[in-house]
Amino acid sequence: MLALYLRDVRMGIRAGGGALTGVLFFLAVIVTIPFGVGPDLNLLARIGPAILWIGALLASLLGLDRLFQADREDGSLDLLVLNSDRHMLALTVFVKCLAHWTASVLPLVIAAPLLGLLMNMSLLGIGAAALTLLVGTPAIVFIGAAGAAVTVALQRGGLLISVLVLPLVIPVLIFGVTASYGAVNDPDPFTPPFMILCALSMFLAVIGPLAAAVALRSGTD
Amino acid sequence: MRLIAENLSGERGGEAVFTGIGFALEDGQSLVVTGPNGSGKSTLLRVIAGLLPHASGRIMVEGGGEEFSTVAAACHYLGHQNAMKAALTVNENLAFWRDFSGDGKLGIADALEEVGLGGLGHLPFGYLSTGQKRRAAIAKLLISHRPVWLLDEPTSGLDKASDVRFADLMKAHCSAGGIIVAATHLPLGLVGVKTLEMGRVHV
Repeated sequence: MLALYLRDVRMGIRAGGGALTGVLFFLAVIVTIPFGVGPDLNLLARIGPAILWIGALLASLLGLDRLFQADREDGSLDLLVLNSDRHMLALTVFVKCLAHWTASVLPLVIAAPLLGLLMNMSLLGIGAAALTLLVGTPAIVFIGAAGAAVTVALQRGGLLISVLVLPLVIPVLIFGVTASYGAVNDPDPFTPPFMILCALSMFLAVIGPLAAAVALRSGTD
Repeated sequence: MRLIAENLSGERGGEAVFTGIGFALEDGQSLVVTGPNGSGKSTLLRVIAGLLPHASGRIMVEGGGEEFSTVAAACHYLGHQNAMKAALTVNENLAFWRDFSGDGKLGIADALEEVGLGGLGHLPFGYLSTGQKRRAAIAKLLISHRPVWLLDEPTSGLDKASDVRFADLMKAHCSAGGIIVAATHLPLGLVGVKTLEMGRVHV
């Protein structure tokens, strides 16, 4: 399992693409917002957490279509499915998700504080946004894996995954942004939405890989 | 151990591709599946491996013990694709499959030596020629132990010398008690094999 994790991380970094395109897309979204909204620093600070979250959400949906498709094209997916007696398929999917998160989504979380500066966010706000992203983005990957498994046989399934997955990740977005706001706006609470965000990630860490495993098993042809 | 198929039928997209296939293979026996294009050779192999559902009949292994209790657990499947990553080196690819599928008799360097790729393990897999890629994929069969080999056109892209070498590897696998099911158009150089002639597609 560790071998699978290392292979996928290595692929994500080495093949060029994965990690960097996500960050560049994230950067492009965040940089264009101030031009569109105008130089109102207070407004930017207020919408900052939401924009960071939306940018990170869209950027992490970007690479999801390659999660299983690359393995399917070169035949690896068949062997991963065949080995499901030794390594439970859902666990294999879980490890692939973790590797995808490490290689493609973690860079977004690391870039988020820098981009937060462009949105004139306070240091506390930036910290809160980065923390909620760190906790919340795995949920996006886990539920995205189910979408990626369903569309694995489609050549241009990327957009379809986003459409399938987006409604399911809306709760993650809502609680992530609410917690980020709670950290800076005084009467709003931080802990309850943050805890719900943690719960969502853990819940989807179980449901997502299981659903993806079922889809992969019935999708071989 | 025994690999048994009884009255197996498979379908693609709701159309029956083959029906009533049955065979039983003991330790050391091999089966060569031949037939024209579209007769269902690849489908049969995927059905045996369990990658496709079978429409009727059954397929099982007997006497595989705890470790090889199902066909999927007992088999190596070498399909049309090589299941190797172009961006990783041959060694990295093989090391991954060894860690994932379990150890075999041979180490990576020895397995590469067996298929005639000794000293090329440091190259990215994408740099190899078609035949070399196929040989690297064949090395994958050697680094993890599975009693049953399911081979789909295993020698496509191989030159004559590699053909002979691969035939020797298959003979060695059989004489060590392994079972081989191979779908092919080309003679594989195996002696004393059972053959299964797949019929035409029923249109």
